[in-house]
Amino acid sequence: MGEILNVFIKAAFVDNMILSYFLGMCSFLAVSKSVKTAIGLGLAVIFVLAITTPVNWLIDFYLMKDGAVVPGVNLVFLRLILFISTIAALVQFVEMVVEKASPALYNQLGIFLPLITVNCSILGASLFMVSREYNFGESTAFGIGAGVGWALAIIAFAAIREKLRTAAIPAPLRGLGMAFILTGLMGMAFMGFMGINPAEFMK
Amino acid sequence: MSAEIKEKESAIAFGQKEVKLLTDPIDDDNPVTVQVLGVCSALAVTSQVYPALIMAIGVTLVTAFSNLVVSSLRKTIPNSIRMIVQLLVIAALVQIVEMSLGAFAFSAYEMLSVFVGLIITNCIVMGRLEAFAMANKPWQSFLDGIGNGLGYGFILVVMAIIRELTGKGSLMGWRIMPEWYVPNNLMVLPCASLFIIGVMIWIQRGRNRKLIDIS
Repeated sequence: MGEILNVFIKAAFVDNMILSYFLGMCSFLAVSKSVKTAIGLGLAVIFVLAITTPVNWLIDFYLMKDGAVVPGVNLVFLRLILFISTIAALVQFVEMVVEKASPALYNQLGIFLPLITVNCSILGASLFMVSREYNFGESTAFGIGAGVGWALAIIAFAAIREKLRTAAIPAPLRGLGMAFILTGLMGMAFMGFMGINPAEFMK
Repeated sequence: MSAEIKEKESAIAFGQKEVKLLTDPIDDDNPVTVQVLGVCSALAVTSQVYPALIMAIGVTLVTAFSNLVVSSLRKTIPNSIRMIVQLLVIAALVQIVEMSLGAFAFSAYEMLSVFVGLIITNCIVMGRLEAFAMANKPWQSFLDGIGNGLGYGFILVVMAIIRELTGKGSLMGWRIMPEWYVPNNLMVLPCASLFIIGVMIWIQRGRNRKLIDIS
């Protein structure tokens, strides 16, 4: 249990997808104008990450590992395509649900809803899970943790941007330009988490 | 009959509208600084000029040809599985680019191996498919792909020149800066590229006032 909690906290804070690895920046920058939209997208990303990471673990373990299907056959070269197909199928499902359940959110997210598919943090989480050799429980915790970290970052960022609307920023730098610089500053702040190992606190 | 001929004529036309498709994404509708697409890879590959250049060419080719293929198929793809179809087209093209890099430019292939695979998740490719190719004719979509690839490449190369010059004191691997210059390691970190894009947007919008957003 402690190990799983450790993976979760690490994924959410120390190895934060946006602010430590800079993955999934496009939708992070484009959909953070208001806290409400940010919460919607954050929840969608948590959902997609929490499901695709364990599903991709199962696919990896039972289909692609060396000799998993036919002895002596290694299907690892198909990894990228199979992972991205799982993600695409799930995002397509999320898109249909959001369109039916909340048309307002659907319109606000616009093109960035289908673009969750190519949100690097989601494919990145699946690839990290493989390269770090997590087991099934750990990769579930990692998926949820990475999603929570992503959602936290985008919500915090959207809140800062809402406050910035009343600040006296030179007109050409307003909006997107300031958002980039702000992300850079937040990333530098998150470098402070580097090297922290949550397992040591729990001893 | 006449409608068919008209369709054929406009299919390979190269008028004002087509030139606009090519030049717009370089400034007014730039994929990185205006549409906010493809930011992740712009942060990852721009610490040196050479990989940035190869990456720009790869993305241009993949965007152009995936736009062409998906636009030709757009009337036959059912809406409920369109993302999977799009991604399979992209993944196949990226695989071709990766294999040809391995065959013809092996040093670049070694430098970029992971990032070439990550062209699949480059938002520009799928973003243009969703926003343009699904609603326009193949030839126009092809040009739109090339234009967006060029706009992306322009940002990438400018950023890579700034970062390599200040972070390593060299360009394309050759030492340019004088002996007394101490390389600034901050410029090699991803944070620095965020600041550089921020300043680039500042300059662009200062010059091109209609891009300023009021909100």
